[in-house]
Amino acid sequence: MRFVFKTDYNQDIKLLKHGGYWWSYGALLAVMIAAPYLIGSYLQSQIVFVFIYAIVGVALIILTGFTGQASLGHAAFLAIGAYTAGFMQSKGIPFIVYFPAAAIITGAVGAMVGFPALRLSGIYLVIATIAFAFIVEEILARWESVTHGNEGMRVRTLDLLGQPMPRDSDAFYFLCLLVLVGSILLALNLLRTPTGRAFIAIRDSETAGKSMGIDLAGYKVKSFAISAALTGMAGVLFAHKMSFISPEMFTLLLSIEFIMVIIIGGAFGVHGAVLGAIFIVMVDPFLTALKDDVPVLGASLASSLGMSPEASGKLRETMSSIGSAAGLKGAIYGLIIMMFILFEPYGLYGRWLKVKLFFQLFPLYKKATFKRQKTYVKSERNR
Amino acid sequence: MSFFTVDGISLQFGGLKAVDSVSFSVEKGEIFTIIGPNGAGKTSIFNLISRLYDPTSGKLFFEGRDITEVPAHQIAKLGIARTFQNIELFENATMLANLLVGRHCHATTQLWQDILFLPSVRRAEKEHRRKVEEVIEFLDLQPYREKLIAGLPYGVRKVVEVARALCSEPKLILLDEPSSGLNVEETDDMSFWIRDIRTELGVTVLMVEHDMTLVNRVSDRVLALNYGRVLASGTPAEVQAHPDVIAAYLGT
Repeated sequence: MRFVFKTDYNQDIKLLKHGGYWWSYGALLAVMIAAPYLIGSYLQSQIVFVFIYAIVGVALIILTGFTGQASLGHAAFLAIGAYTAGFMQSKGIPFIVYFPAAAIITGAVGAMVGFPALRLSGIYLVIATIAFAFIVEEILARWESVTHGNEGMRVRTLDLLGQPMPRDSDAFYFLCLLVLVGSILLALNLLRTPTGRAFIAIRDSETAGKSMGIDLAGYKVKSFAISAALTGMAGVLFAHKMSFISPEMFTLLLSIEFIMVIIIGGAFGVHGAVLGAIFIVMVDPFLTALKDDVPVLGASLASSLGMSPEASGKLRETMSSIGSAAGLKGAIYGLIIMMFILFEPYGLYGRWLKVKLFFQLFPLYKKATFKRQKTYVKSERNR
Repeated sequence: MSFFTVDGISLQFGGLKAVDSVSFSVEKGEIFTIIGPNGAGKTSIFNLISRLYDPTSGKLFFEGRDITEVPAHQIAKLGIARTFQNIELFENATMLANLLVGRHCHATTQLWQDILFLPSVRRAEKEHRRKVEEVIEFLDLQPYREKLIAGLPYGVRKVVEVARALCSEPKLILLDEPSSGLNVEETDDMSFWIRDIRTELGVTVLMVEHDMTLVNRVSDRVLALNYGRVLASGTPAEVQAHPDVIAAYLGT
């Protein structure tokens, strides 16, 4: 186990606490940069989706993980970013302008959504954000002069200063990687400054925060605005990746996917956003396999075990009808969320930390290390 | 005018008068204690002072300034810090982060500077960190810097809360039952620290306390409350000998 001997306050401030992190994160970055030259186009495309989901994950971690304000409206922020990009691009505005513009517009909308959050908390806030998402979806469907309504909207190839970046190109991959790294740095910077600590204070005790001089209203609005702006940027990338956007892409299910990213990844650290994004993006290939490969496999296994051809054919049909049933995705999502909340509330990143600690402490690891008991009752919250 | 004055303050919850036209004043450099049976309105007075509650009537003056209408989050900036009876720390953060939140009222950097972590932010952070370190040294909290609050024992949390309040460099500190839940030794330590806070740091102390040994050891003046009204005030000995106070505690 490594002990960092601190002799300078800068050691508490810097992001990579010791030399080992330089090696591990450096290696990770090198792999990500080398990846497009090594892997196939399908996997590369999936990784771009991981990047986009991870940006939204970072945004949600700032809002939900740090500030403690839940939101099921992030699909709407993504939509606003995507449509801003689509509309502005069709008017001939260059990427270098509409990318920040999308962030600013979405951030402003996010700040407006933040105002109800001053009076709402918990489940009521979740309902308010769902309502907001439905309003946005409806506006996208009806405001045909800008959004082309339910017909959807074609988004042309991204053009950065005369350099075209098709959605499957390496250049687009690097752009997404750059935005992801940028948003991770933004989140980490926030965490080591008064703003981020104010967010955490709001999450853990609003009363104490107020008495320590934190303007609750101001910081909640700031948190919503930052989170929305990041999601808006992800929306621009999303629009270019899909090359076609329509209102039914930005439904409640997408918001739930975003929440799943941080529940599965772990909402208490930025690592969780990336791990959760990997998990969520990989659920789709898994579902496809469930629809196509598993019935075939099951049937051939059954017939090799001596089942008659008619019976194994019937089995295959039943299995594929279950695999392609409508709503299966939602059911599986629900199951995964329940499992994580029950068995690993700290998410994949929490699990990783436990495994790491196990090896660091090797023969001395105690099972109870991460057990927390809530002995002290919090009363008199002065809400 | 006194350093801190409460002038005829009342607080009414529906038909219940929690605080009934209470007046007192605290001089600079004093340790002033409010005592009283449960439900006497002691913590309500603290919540009024830190502006978590709006008074029904009456006024608060701090250093000659009327603070009755100041919003709660600006009270710390004026130099009034507080602790809570039922520990209100930020549980899922390290002790260091908790103490740095105590420095929040001195934060000068803007959001965009924080996002980019400009050199000015780094300078400010190091300055905050240095101030926090002084408080850590003052209250002997060195072993807990990187520990999560959720994993700390109750006695230590109590001290961390005092530390967080001190980090804001207050002129007046409100301690809400600093010894509740502490054992005899911890209470002893607390009484030394309360006196040190006054003499070494020059901070005026206003506290609510039940432990009469601690009250007698540290207080300059005591105010006794019951049913939201002032029963008596004066030196600890005077108040304890007052017939109304004895009646309130022992019954008639």
